[in-house]
Amino acid sequence: MLGRLLRWESVLIVLCVAVFVAGSASDGFAEQGNISFLLLDYSEVALLAFALLPIVLTGEIDLSVASTLGFCSALTGTLWDAGMSFETIVPIVILAGILLGAVNAVLVVLFGLPSLAVTIGTLGLYRGLAYVLLGDRAVTGFPENYRPLATDAIPGTFLPYATILVLVVGALIAVLVHVTTIGRSLYAIGLGAQTARFSGIRVNRIKFSLYLLSGGLAAIASLIYTLRYNSARADNANGMELVAVAAVLLGGVSIFGGRGTVLGVATALLAMAGLRNVLFLDDVSNEIQNVITGLLLILSVLVPVVFKPRRTKDVPLEPSVVDTERRTGADTGSRLRRDHQGV
Amino acid sequence: MIKPSARESAFAGRELGIVVALVAVVVAATVAQPTFLSGQGIHDLFLNASIIGLLAIGQALLVITRNIDLSVGSVMGLSAYLSGQLFLVDKDLPVIVVVLAGTALGAACGAINGALVAIAKVPALVVTLGTLYVFRGIDYAWASGTNTTQINAYQMPQGFLSLGSGSLLWIPNLTLIMLVVLAITAYGLHNFRAGRELYAIGSNPDAARLAGIPTGRRVFGAFVISGALVGLGGVMHAAYFGTINASVGNGRELAVVAAVVVGGVAIFGGSGTVLGAALGALLLTTITSALPILGVPAFWQRAVDGAALLVAISLDRAFMVRLAERLRAERAVRRAG
Amino acid sequence: MKIAFLPKEIDNPYEVLVDKGGVNAVTELKGTGKEVGPSDASASSQVSYINTLIQQKQDAIVIAANDPNAVAPALKDAMSKGIAVVTYDSDAAPDARQIFVNQANSEEIGRSEVKMMAEQIGGSGKIAILSATPNATNQNTWIDFMKDELKKPEYKNIELVKVAYGDDDDQKSFQEAQGLLQSIPDLKGIISPTTVGISAAARYLSSSPYKGQVKLTGLGTPNQMREFVKDGTVTEFALWDPVNLGYLAGYAAAALASGQISGEKGEKFTAGKLGEYTIGDKGEIILGPPTKFNKDNIDDYDF
Repeated sequence: MLGRLLRWESVLIVLCVAVFVAGSASDGFAEQGNISFLLLDYSEVALLAFALLPIVLTGEIDLSVASTLGFCSALTGTLWDAGMSFETIVPIVILAGILLGAVNAVLVVLFGLPSLAVTIGTLGLYRGLAYVLLGDRAVTGFPENYRPLATDAIPGTFLPYATILVLVVGALIAVLVHVTTIGRSLYAIGLGAQTARFSGIRVNRIKFSLYLLSGGLAAIASLIYTLRYNSARADNANGMELVAVAAVLLGGVSIFGGRGTVLGVATALLAMAGLRNVLFLDDVSNEIQNVITGLLLILSVLVPVVFKPRRTKDVPLEPSVVDTERRTGADTGSRLRRDHQGV
Repeated sequence: MIKPSARESAFAGRELGIVVALVAVVVAATVAQPTFLSGQGIHDLFLNASIIGLLAIGQALLVITRNIDLSVGSVMGLSAYLSGQLFLVDKDLPVIVVVLAGTALGAACGAINGALVAIAKVPALVVTLGTLYVFRGIDYAWASGTNTTQINAYQMPQGFLSLGSGSLLWIPNLTLIMLVVLAITAYGLHNFRAGRELYAIGSNPDAARLAGIPTGRRVFGAFVISGALVGLGGVMHAAYFGTINASVGNGRELAVVAAVVVGGVAIFGGSGTVLGAALGALLLTTITSALPILGVPAFWQRAVDGAALLVAISLDRAFMVRLAERLRAERAVRRAG
Repeated sequence: MKIAFLPKEIDNPYEVLVDKGGVNAVTELKGTGKEVGPSDASASSQVSYINTLIQQKQDAIVIAANDPNAVAPALKDAMSKGIAVVTYDSDAAPDARQIFVNQANSEEIGRSEVKMMAEQIGGSGKIAILSATPNATNQNTWIDFMKDELKKPEYKNIELVKVAYGDDDDQKSFQEAQGLLQSIPDLKGIISPTTVGISAAARYLSSSPYKGQVKLTGLGTPNQMREFVKDGTVTEFALWDPVNLGYLAGYAAAALASGQISGEKGEKFTAGKLGEYTIGDKGEIILGPPTKFNKDNIDDYDF
């Protein structure tokens, strides 16, 4: 499985390099200001994508992340407008994000409802609550001393402070997923939740925590967003969930769970950000950008199939990381469940 | 004496549940404002639900097979745009030609989705997310390429517009179309083997394949039919609203999936009915219409819509758990003798 | 000279007309004009475009802001790099731009909408407003003036019952119009100061028993509304020529970029065939009074 994984990651890296090479040919690309903007533009999407990765690895999904961001942004605005100090607002907002994640967690893990349906519902509910909070207002005037953290780069370099935060979060998620035992169990859960449970993995507890994590990261993303644009609105980040999902899928993460790497997602994010930037600079219209994103998505699932036509998808033929733990019995049931959705 | 099995009464029960909810909402709204249930009021309710109901019927076919189609909004936009463009070329084109053209375009898009999913065996969620972007991009490119970013009512023939806003014996034309489609698909799903095979595919794809069901062909067919219905929906939108631009249908996909889920079609496939999906669409649009009547402030509407979906799937789950218990009990009784 | 036009939303038909006028102006001045913009009407997307335009070293940016504050930092960055910034249709924070080209006096828009409505419903009755998105700056400014106008004694018999939001979406506007008629049975009139809202409401009214009984007015384009004016659903509505708006903005931007003016009150410049304009308070330029469209003149226009 590792061999096949690396195949798509390599494609991504090639894509990334191609984008940046093509980019340098465009006027204005290779300047510090542009690169730092390129990175900043995707900082919130990156946080959301990193929040989604562990969840998708376990075979679930969370489409409410952007609405959580929107709600937290609206909450930030409401509290700021009411005169609360920013230092007090930050922990409250993060807590709020975690609570919203908890609602998802309860519905998906405790009630056992399908995460796709639940998070479509919470996507609407949280966005709606954002409107309940802020209505048609837009709150501005956030503290001058904090805003540069979201908008500026380290003086003299191209690296924005916000990107450092993204890199730190990315590294932590990478450690979680690739180094810790919990991370390995994510793959196990994705490949077969029942089997994982029998192996002693606390499936419910882990899934629950992942939704809390997702909510918390969305809240942090909302702080960056609100400071960066100096505007808290109920419709902030409307629709961003699809971009985050696209980045995760493009990064080679299987929608069924059990396969994917942080490196893949990070490279996909970089490639998407770079591509968007280059296309903008070359005045390629938005429409073409949409088409390219869509085609890349389709290619991301088509290419692995084309490369290995005879192998049924998602069945690891080489010993996988999961096999290092004892598996009770041949879990044919869940393997079959995951195969060829619908066909 | 043979008792109706739990399964049979269950399906009746699921749809009944939606109808009960629908009645509750309508009663509440009518109490608040008696005109809600007036001729015009009912007419409006059905009209609003017709297009999304049509899309939900198609989506239900796919969800039953354990697939999904997120590109419905974009395909609808393309089809609506095609209708407008055709009339721009020749305002006297017979309406039926335009209807067929839009439906055909939708079917073609469905075929693309279906081919990728059924033949290349790639996950429907990913593929249709991709085609969502691609089709929408094509729609925008077409609009700016032909320099017609908006097509207005006066550029389309009266016959077409009357199709959208007219009624036959008090029932809006668009609702009639939806009801006919509903009847045909419900009949097909229930009485044709191909229809029932869709359920089998959704319940257990591998078992279905092993049982000899041509899963690839069936799923492909489901995508094409669903696409055709979406195409038809796009034409209906054009007739109904009279104003078409490249952003028609934007964001509809989530509303359609919500309608299907509320309608009792399990997202894991293998169960649910098109009637349920249509009722789900009707319920959700009725709630949206009832909210202002019930005095819910405008800013609460979005939240209530989201909450309604969550309540629906929770109730559905509770219902299914009880159904499973009853089925187990029945099986125990059967086994006992 | 390179001037870029950045609308709220790239395929919005109204904005397309405005930007066409703008690009015409720039071409007349022998410069290069282009239109770029987001396909979602969001402020954050606009910021991406502004940054791109800065990288491309444009001479001027002409923008209709989706959010006055969200685009401000990027616009200020542009100005600090010597790029002239002009806003039109929907203003940004005043310190983030040099000139704001307003299509008509916001106050005049608001008040004239109320005057038209009052005329059409005979001076008394319940009315409602069908707006666009709840956050749109221009919408809220106009609505505030409408409410203020309604406080005048001559309108004491007119009651504004509700403001509904159609989000600039056909289906939503349609349903909101239905909702208004359902929830306010003795509604006499609807004001919809948004081209999407008014055409959706007109569409609904013209096929309902309320046609002709409930009056509809607002801001709409002649092409969209022609059918409804001719079939009696709408008596009169208003707008201005969007092409002229863009044209004026283009000339203003060029004048700024070439150093002819600097955005101070009292400065004058010539905007091609539109004539001479003087900059007013806070860098605002007004295109002119709104045009009223009705049965008599609607066929004279094509936009």
